[in-house]
Amino acid sequence: MHDSGSEYRHCTAGGNAFFPLAFGSMPDTAMKAETEAAPLNYFLHSYGPASLPTMHLGWVFTAVVMIVLLIIALLLAGALFRKRTPAAAQAIGRENEGMRWIYIGTGLSTAALFALAVYMLITLNQVAQPAQPPALTVTVTAYDWWWKIEYDDDDPARRVVTANEIHIPVGRPVLVKLQSADVIHAFWAPLLAGKTQMIPGLLNRQWLQADAEGIYRGQCVQYCGLQHAHMGFEIVAQRPEAFRAWQDAQRKAAAPASEPNAAAGQKFFIEQCAGCHSVRGTDAAGKHAPDLTHLNSRRMLAAGLLTNTPEHRIEWTTRVQDLKPGARMPAFALTPGETAALSAFLSTLD
Amino acid sequence: MKDAVETPSDRTLARIPEVGSAPIGSDAERHLSELWESAPGWRGWLSTVDHKEIGLRYLVTSFIFLLIGGGEALIMRVQLAGPDRHLLTPEQYNQLFTMHGITMIFLYALPVLSGFSNYLWPLMLGSRDMAFPRLNALSYWLFLFAGLFLYASFPLGEGPNSGWFNYVPLAGLEYNTGPNIDVYALGMVLLGISTTVGAVNFIVTLFRMRAPGMSIDKVPILVWGTLTASVANIFAVPSVSLAFFLLWLDRRNGTHFFDPLNDGKPMLWQHLFWMFGHPWVYVIVLPAMGIVSDALPTFCRRPLVGYAAVALSTMATMLLGFGVWIHHMFATGLPALAISFFGATSLAISIPSAVAVFAWIATIWLGRPVFQTPFLFFAGFVLLFVMGGLSGVMTAAVPLDLQLNDTYFVVAHLHYVLLGINVFPVVGGIYYWFPKFCGRMMNETLGKWSFWVLFIGFNLGFFPMHVAGLLGMPRRIYTYAPNMGWNSVNLVTSIGSFVFAAGILIFLSNIAFSLKRGALAPQNPWDAPTLEWAVPAPPPPYNFAVIPFIASRHPLWEDRLDTAEGRSNLQEGYLLMEGRETLGTTALDAVPDVILKMPDDTYAPFFLALFGSLGFAGLLLDWNRFTFLMTAAAGLSLAAWMWPRQKLVQRLPGVNGVTEAGRG
Repeated sequence: MHDSGSEYRHCTAGGNAFFPLAFGSMPDTAMKAETEAAPLNYFLHSYGPASLPTMHLGWVFTAVVMIVLLIIALLLAGALFRKRTPAAAQAIGRENEGMRWIYIGTGLSTAALFALAVYMLITLNQVAQPAQPPALTVTVTAYDWWWKIEYDDDDPARRVVTANEIHIPVGRPVLVKLQSADVIHAFWAPLLAGKTQMIPGLLNRQWLQADAEGIYRGQCVQYCGLQHAHMGFEIVAQRPEAFRAWQDAQRKAAAPASEPNAAAGQKFFIEQCAGCHSVRGTDAAGKHAPDLTHLNSRRMLAAGLLTNTPEHRIEWTTRVQDLKPGARMPAFALTPGETAALSAFLSTLD
Repeated sequence: MKDAVETPSDRTLARIPEVGSAPIGSDAERHLSELWESAPGWRGWLSTVDHKEIGLRYLVTSFIFLLIGGGEALIMRVQLAGPDRHLLTPEQYNQLFTMHGITMIFLYALPVLSGFSNYLWPLMLGSRDMAFPRLNALSYWLFLFAGLFLYASFPLGEGPNSGWFNYVPLAGLEYNTGPNIDVYALGMVLLGISTTVGAVNFIVTLFRMRAPGMSIDKVPILVWGTLTASVANIFAVPSVSLAFFLLWLDRRNGTHFFDPLNDGKPMLWQHLFWMFGHPWVYVIVLPAMGIVSDALPTFCRRPLVGYAAVALSTMATMLLGFGVWIHHMFATGLPALAISFFGATSLAISIPSAVAVFAWIATIWLGRPVFQTPFLFFAGFVLLFVMGGLSGVMTAAVPLDLQLNDTYFVVAHLHYVLLGINVFPVVGGIYYWFPKFCGRMMNETLGKWSFWVLFIGFNLGFFPMHVAGLLGMPRRIYTYAPNMGWNSVNLVTSIGSFVFAAGILIFLSNIAFSLKRGALAPQNPWDAPTLEWAVPAPPPPYNFAVIPFIASRHPLWEDRLDTAEGRSNLQEGYLLMEGRETLGTTALDAVPDVILKMPDDTYAPFFLALFGSLGFAGLLLDWNRFTFLMTAAAGLSLAAWMWPRQKLVQRLPGVNGVTEAGRG
């Protein structure tokens, strides 16, 4: 439904144009500013139980590691520069001494490593499974170089298919099933959970949960060819009722294009684009590219590359190979009339 | 020692060798020179089997590859210096980072250490050559040709482009139709042959070629490092050779090992690759750690603290190193129980490293450091080693690795490991042994400059990569958006990489300067304790005029060390000059066992390597008849090599049924 989409646009209007976070319920603007500056900064930010213990683990490991480094650096500096009693230039030190250094040093290191290992295993246990069974299952299929998002339902009419933008209800564990349509990719929304590879022929699973409303950036993090750099996605965490409203809106087919220009655009779309894209409610039923039925409900285009504006939609269609060289979509040379028609049609896809 | 001479353990020996001395300039010494010298000009160049010549070639060739790989890195750093830069197309960037990895990991990191070990082993062990001199030549030629092979398609814009780890199905035919991956696959199988024969040679050399008296607990740590790495290679290389061979079969012969559409398993590739890949990490650091363990004590004026502990920790690292490959695959969806085991092992592998670190620090602490250039590199190395090890501890923590993995944090970690633990000891090692290699000292002023520029440039370039990784920057992206928070760290990294490159330039100019104008080097300029410093600089072709008797780990410090181990004898020893000869000793105690008849210079290894490599080129180009011809020619070269020669007979034929003929 248009409402939920505009709610986000409204919330983020004053923020960073590229990464607006919508923390309606979070007054901590300092934190917001930081995440805006580095949207994948998992070291300082975590918004769910699948990543929070890991963030703390990271802090503890970093602290231990820095302390050890400091101790070693001081020992090394002491060893290099400590005062020594004068000795003959030719003198050579004795062979069988100094073993205490190794015994004590290795002993302390082993004890520290053992403690770290125990803490690591406890954390692994905490993040491996959610506390209660997941409320929702999302299937994500990676393609070169975008993400297909499916919400299963026993009733086929209630299934939802979209692309590059995952909506989840806030505060509930979500099971994400991960598969690949071509090469190996990896699903990573670091503020919510660790990464999992998507391997053709296998179905992997991970879970995540967002405890704060907002938009969380995700990224393919397994090298997957030419446009690995431009394979992002977003997770939109909403209040449960807003999420349900979004799902209901997504289930609807596209309304028929009535305005003449839009109808012409739809005809052009069916002729030129339907081999790959689908728009439910029209004859466009392609399976190789993102489902565009509710294109305008999404914030971004081209797997996170561009913001979703009418200008960017046309720029993407005509200059795709300049913007994302190697993308599977060819660039289209559009006449001004076609541009206007296609633009009008795409604008109807709410 | 003398007892062993009087009562040979083996009655089939052709003769009992004489004991005597052969000072420089004596008739005996001149005779030895003639026996061991290679022919002048290109004939000698192509046919030599002298380990010193081969070792230097390994060093020079691998250093050239280092410069090429470094150039590739600099181009990438220009691209990444700021957001949304388009100096390179995505395809160019992908080929560059792939070739950078292949070059540094396969064509620089191990070969450069093989260079040191090839040059130094016989000198450190008191032998006249490696166990299999012709195999040694073959190993070098195959390395050179495999390097050229791997680079054959890159200038044409068709270089390998799926990363050095080369995951399928991206590297499979469906997504990669050009010759890019075929070059990589066949080149790696070829290089694997070189690595394997080299490893065999090192192993046999250690157990057979030590001077009498040098029992196994008296060999330098570099020897332990290279031995451990070689044994690991024997087990690890088959895994990667198999993986690449299967991939080539998939791509060109219609098999489906890795093809998910036909029930192939992409995970099989990851397992085979990392079963090799992780041990390989230790293969390319353990000998370098050995360089430090041997050379650092020289500048501390005392023996290494904890020799036995360090030697054992070297082997323990390798043993554990075979049980951690899954830590490259934590994110593949394996069960938590399985990966927790591998995570714990990955933490445990730091324990033997801690042994080495505290041994080095104790050696410096208890010694009297002399701040010459090589020492700066070794002391700096200790700090970088610790930093690389500690970031490794962080990546070993499974849940944390699920964040860190495939981000720039891992790029930072692996460069601290590979540059810190390989390049710094290597450059320090070149400063240290350059007088032995070339007979001249390197310039100290330039040397200190090169250290500080390299050290600062390195940390400036690579430390911020940790931060980029923690800010979520993925690896292997050809560009990034300006709003991700990665701009400053990347700019600093790019600046640092050019500072580091300037340090390499200073180092190279120092070499160029010192080759011509360096002060002439005495035999033992650093007052070092080990055997390679007991021969002239540069060493004569026969290495040792007489095979010395060894009584301790520090033959050149014995008078000052006050040990009860007796005295080595470097002046008098086995003469062994009826043809090219050296002494074979028993595996553990180094009791004289056999006179080893060593082969003359020969073209056979060169031609075997050449025809073999051309055969691989035939496979690449699908020229079946050509491949067949080249295989036949390689077979003929092998026959010429293996042809029995009377003068290589080592034991009396017919006694106790021994009919052994030549040796490799």
